[in-house]
Amino acid sequence: MDRLVLLVSTGVARGLVIALFALSLVIIWRAARIVNFAQAAMAVVAVYVAFALQAATGSFVVALLGALVTGALLGAAVERGLMRRVSGRTPMPGMIVAIGLVMVLQSVLGILFGPKHRPMTPVLAETPLSVGGVPVLSRYDLFVLVVALVVVVGLGVLFNRSTLGLQLRASAVAPEVSRLLGVRVPRMVTIGWMLSSAVAALAVLLLVPTELGLNAHSADVLFVHAFTVAVLGGLDSPAGALLGGVVVGVLVSLVTGYASAGLAPLAVLALLTVVLLVRPGGIFAPKEARTA
Amino acid sequence: MRAATGRPAAATGTGAPAAPGPAARPALAVDGLTVGYAGAPVIDGLTLEVRPGEIVALLGANGAGKTTLLRTLSGLVAPRAGRVLLDGDDLAATSVEDRARRGLAQVPEGRSVVTELTVEENLELGALWRYPGRAERRAAVARGYDLFEPLARRRASPGHQLSGGERQMLALARALVALPRVLLLDEPSLGLAPRVVAQLMGVLRDAAHGTGLTVLLAEQNVTSALSIADRGVVLSLGAVVVDAPAADLAADPALRHAYLGF
Ligand SMILES: Nc1ncnc2c1ncn2[C@@H]1O[C@H](COP(=O)(O)OP(=O)(O)O)[C@@H](O)[C@H]1O
Ligand SMILES: [Mg+2]
Repeated sequence: MDRLVLLVSTGVARGLVIALFALSLVIIWRAARIVNFAQAAMAVVAVYVAFALQAATGSFVVALLGALVTGALLGAAVERGLMRRVSGRTPMPGMIVAIGLVMVLQSVLGILFGPKHRPMTPVLAETPLSVGGVPVLSRYDLFVLVVALVVVVGLGVLFNRSTLGLQLRASAVAPEVSRLLGVRVPRMVTIGWMLSSAVAALAVLLLVPTELGLNAHSADVLFVHAFTVAVLGGLDSPAGALLGGVVVGVLVSLVTGYASAGLAPLAVLALLTVVLLVRPGGIFAPKEARTA
Repeated sequence: MRAATGRPAAATGTGAPAAPGPAARPALAVDGLTVGYAGAPVIDGLTLEVRPGEIVALLGANGAGKTTLLRTLSGLVAPRAGRVLLDGDDLAATSVEDRARRGLAQVPEGRSVVTELTVEENLELGALWRYPGRAERRAAVARGYDLFEPLARRRASPGHQLSGGERQMLALARALVALPRVLLLDEPSLGLAPRVVAQLMGVLRDAAHGTGLTVLLAEQNVTSALSIADRGVVLSLGAVVVDAPAADLAADPALRHAYLGF
């Protein structure tokens, strides 16, 4: 029973990281109608920068801010430098460019830093905190939980309560009408990429200390989980990404804890298959919302 | 029935007699405009001027090119040749969103409400570029509710819950809250009940008379359009074939038979 509590609460914390990454895929899908397959590789680049900043300053806060800023700048560069040039009637060219970008970024990282994992020490201890004698959650996972919740709430406020959010939402669903109302839609697409890439970089930064460490492929599994979640929840649905992330996080945690880590990807795949059979559009998607 | 001329003094506010120069400058001018998609041009060397405060009905059969003309004016379609001038300035290098920000508004065909946003959010979106400050924007949105009373009761409803008439009211109010100088409308009356059409036309006429708004109104509903227009322009084969005071067009059976089909 104690074990179940620990596995579930740890799963929720890890799940929120998946949810953050899935949310970043949803943001970019809504802004640009593209599944950004390069999201993980771009985030890893930002985390390498964060890693260097932490090594230089010794401050995790500086590293965290560095990941956010680098992620945002990278998002802007990819959108302005690559995606804008291939945008057209179909999302296909953009997705192909994204896949190409993955190969380029991972190769460059491999050449520069080699295949070894660089360990990143968690800012807070990994020993579990106990409530009434029951181990519940490590300090670091609690920190992850808090940061993820703050970001999720912040994004909710940004999108639903600010005029920038209003323009982002309008541009996503009705770009032509938005332009006729004076909204600078191309700028909104760039801002969507920046927000999305920054959130993804943050998710990977939070994840790395709990995994083997940092290398070019550190976020590959996270991407697969988050992509699964985004499809489960419906690519248009932030709420779906959030809930789906937590569900997948808990599932992986339970399967890893009670069976073996090797079975976790299979469990996720099984979940994806079942949901797609029952609701091809995703759990939260209105019937015809998803187009790709 | 008002004459099509005789309002430049009011429009410029100088009280001076109409004379060549700024007072005579059209709010919107189209000069030798040619537009096409593939093959033969849809608009072919079209020239047209609309004076400040004037309501011009843009008439013509289905497929005559009304929508194409309006979309070219707002910048959504690039012309092959010719110029579009807003208050004398060539708009060739001006983006769609910057044309809107210079006071050239368009209510596109169909119900152009952003259905995922609420009524209030649609109005806010329309007012945003002109009123970045929250208080002013709220006042502008309130003016939108004053134009169409049904909208005020539905402010929190998402756009997809509105009736066709309410959507068209919202599309028009959303354009008007930013106080545009020139408004392009593409068949706003399509599929609406006569009572709603009359309400929309009344608001348009009041805006033109009250604030000096210039209106180019594409319509198949000839009677409604001519009832508020100063001038009627008939489009056929990509060019203007009739340009006459609205009262004359409405009164002349020969013109109506030949070009408007009734
Ligand atoms: N996007 C488009 N691509 C190709 N042809 C078009 C397009 N839009 C309109 N057309 C053609 O241009 C002509 C004028 O259409 P349109 O401007 O919609 O006329 P109207 O609004 O007066 O009915 C029609 O022959 C139509 O088939
Ligand atoms: Mg049309």
